[in-house]
Amino acid sequence: MLLVGRLAGAGPAWAGVITPESGGSSNADSIEGLYKIVLIIATVIFCAVAGALVFFLVRYRARPGHVASQIRGNTRLELAWTGAAALILVVLAALTFSSLHGIVTPAASGDDAGAIFATVDQPPAPGDHALHIKVTGRQFVWRFDYPNGAYSYEELQVPIDTTVIVDIYSLDVNHSWWVPKLGGKFDAIPGYVNHTWFKITKPGVFTGQCAELCGQHHAQMIATVRAVPAAAWENWVATQKQLIAQAGTADALAHAKLNSQVGAGQVENP
Amino acid sequence: MATTTSLAPVPQIATHRAEPDRGDWTSWVTTTDHKRIGILYLVTCFVFFMVGGVEALLMRSQLAVPNNTLINAEHYNQLVTMHGTTMIFLFVIPVWAGFANYMVPLMIGARDMAFPRLNALSYWLFVAGGVVFYSSVFWNPPDAGWFSYTPLSNGTYSPTAGQDTWIYLIHLTGLASAIGAINIVVTIATMRAPGMGWGRLPLFCWGVLTQAIMLIVAIPVIAGAVTMLLTDRHFHTCYFDPRCGGSPLLWQHLFWFFGHPEVYIMILPGFGVISEVLPVFARKPIFGYRAIAASTVGIAFLSVLVWAHHMFTAPIPLVVLAFFMISSMAIAVPTGVKVINWVATLWRGSIVFRTPLYFACGFLVLFTLGGLSGVMLAIFPIDWQVHGSYFVVAHFHFVLVAGAVSAVMAAIYFWFPKMTGRMLSESLGKLSFWFQFVGFLVTFGVQHSLGLSGMPRRVYTYNADTGWGTDNLISTIGAFILATGVLLTVFNVVRSLKYGVVAGPDPWKANTLEWFSTSPPPAHNFDVIPKVTSVEPMKDLRAQIAQDSRNARATPTARMRLPVGAAGAVQSATSGGGEHV
Ligand SMILES: [Cu+2]
Repeated sequence: MLLVGRLAGAGPAWAGVITPESGGSSNADSIEGLYKIVLIIATVIFCAVAGALVFFLVRYRARPGHVASQIRGNTRLELAWTGAAALILVVLAALTFSSLHGIVTPAASGDDAGAIFATVDQPPAPGDHALHIKVTGRQFVWRFDYPNGAYSYEELQVPIDTTVIVDIYSLDVNHSWWVPKLGGKFDAIPGYVNHTWFKITKPGVFTGQCAELCGQHHAQMIATVRAVPAAAWENWVATQKQLIAQAGTADALAHAKLNSQVGAGQVENP
Repeated sequence: MATTTSLAPVPQIATHRAEPDRGDWTSWVTTTDHKRIGILYLVTCFVFFMVGGVEALLMRSQLAVPNNTLINAEHYNQLVTMHGTTMIFLFVIPVWAGFANYMVPLMIGARDMAFPRLNALSYWLFVAGGVVFYSSVFWNPPDAGWFSYTPLSNGTYSPTAGQDTWIYLIHLTGLASAIGAINIVVTIATMRAPGMGWGRLPLFCWGVLTQAIMLIVAIPVIAGAVTMLLTDRHFHTCYFDPRCGGSPLLWQHLFWFFGHPEVYIMILPGFGVISEVLPVFARKPIFGYRAIAASTVGIAFLSVLVWAHHMFTAPIPLVVLAFFMISSMAIAVPTGVKVINWVATLWRGSIVFRTPLYFACGFLVLFTLGGLSGVMLAIFPIDWQVHGSYFVVAHFHFVLVAGAVSAVMAAIYFWFPKMTGRMLSESLGKLSFWFQFVGFLVTFGVQHSLGLSGMPRRVYTYNADTGWGTDNLISTIGAFILATGVLLTVFNVVRSLKYGVVAGPDPWKANTLEWFSTSPPPAHNFDVIPKVTSVEPMKDLRAQIAQDSRNARATPTARMRLPVGAAGAVQSATSGGGEHV
């Protein structure tokens, strides 16, 4: 019970120890909330089973004069615990469905987010106030395409208070997009497009890495998301586009180099 | 006198043709005796278990500290692939084939498997699969992981022959399993002792039978899939390559349609072992025989409906995810019923603390943990966070190492006396148990935290600033404790072969027919096969003999007539005459 109580009020100290990472985007927070409830139920079940086991082992250990009862079962008990197990799972399924909305449906962008879409030439969609970013995995780097034609590698820069919808592609083998504090992971599979979203409220840097074995340097396929104030982001993405245009139609290698320079220069911007 | 005649059934023809045992190694290579094939399986599997274990320790050593350079990226991916493939296809699945081969005919009162030569073929196909696979270490071992996702495993991204040896391993061991499974099904269906109806079949046999049927269902799918991969790699077909219209997701569906039943293929015989061990050492019948048998069949049925829970992060519609969440949760019901019945078996028993019971109880604790984290993974939004991370690594090791390997250990300590005629050392056995139990918890417990804090599986290294160093070091230390525990059992087995206490036919006062024969049993298993009147024929026989000896004492002129094979039952009855069993 103590554990249950502490868990219910679990703060960031538990994240990454007994609960998933959260605090970047509300979908990650919703997943963490669901996880905590399930963990509490699972802990209670485990304590019941393990407690009964240990109690029986001690209480019914062989002693002189102690005779084992020749019990072969009990149909009503069987039905009872089958029903109880099923009931617990129905509850878990109901909990999952009830928290699903907060996890899969992108949150609305903040009030001042609408203005920035014009600056990145994103075609206006009715009721869609989200920034669309194309994320492409390939051995062994993530590429991010912004609506205005700018792009970057390894680090995705986004405005705060804005819902970001991530469309996930792969150029070669399977990869998996995962930044734990910004929600769950979604596979990048060649020939398919996968989607997720996040909305960051405070400036900050969130790290993650490819979560599907994609070859020799899978461990080095890092992803970073940097959230900056809207004005700083508009400035950055415009500069990025300009720099890419200046570089002309140089080959991909030159792009990557340019990007790493630009990215480094912009780090302290916010 | 009526009671004594019931002990001496009409003699039957034991063998059609007796060939003298030449006693040298050729008699092992050419054997069709189910017991020898069983031993061959077990020994070979343990060799592969040791190899797979060394691979695991190498990986754990590499991950012990951040930015380690003990093993490079290339070799690490090869180790990942070899370890997973070895443990699954060359250890856990065939080790159950070994136990099933040895024990099923004895437990059902048969003199061999239905098709002895096919049985030998199964074993040699399995060996061939292992040899072909491990031959790749001299060239380029496969490195696309044990589930070899395309496109990584196709000709473009895995051009070396290592991937092909993996495909041949699946073909050869798959064929071995399929043939062995057919053999098991026919043996159990047609060769049970007189009186052994389906309601009196030992629960280990129920587990093995259900597993065999699952193998027959699942193996053709993976055999087809790896053949498609082979033709994609070498004959320009395009099943899985998106560049020409194929689908990488098709591979995932086909692989996991096999791969999830596979999980239960690895654990169902283990469930059977636990169901045999607990009643023997609790000195009372299994609680809910029918519920356990029925839940075994229920698990098998549901297990072919849950495969896409391995693909929750793939681009799949939400409604499909919801279906697979519910089906995966449903499978927790029969599994939970089993666990509760096992615990209830101990209730009001008279529990004798011997090593097999230790491993069975360790199994209960750890498997329950693995099952509960499995329910968490079935909830797809939670899976989105922990999928492909060390949380999943921890989960399936709880199920497979704590589950299957604990059950294997329980089976070794339980049946070693039957197989060799000698007891394993109890003190070494219990020491081995504690090393394994603690080592296991330490190794895989902290891996949940690693996964929750963002460490993906199959990374060969990580940076210090990730903060994963401490947990990884703990995990590595645990792995060496666990390995020590396993080595203690290996030492115990080797030592006890020569120095173990002579076991006699029925050292545990067990319930099933294998204990009716001598230890080790003769080539033909039984001189006479008793008529089975309950699910615990040995208990009935001991009661019968106790009754007879009381009658004999009451009427001194009566002389006992006993079948030769019942010697063990007599010994048990006399040594344990005063105890209520
Ligand atoms: Cu990747």
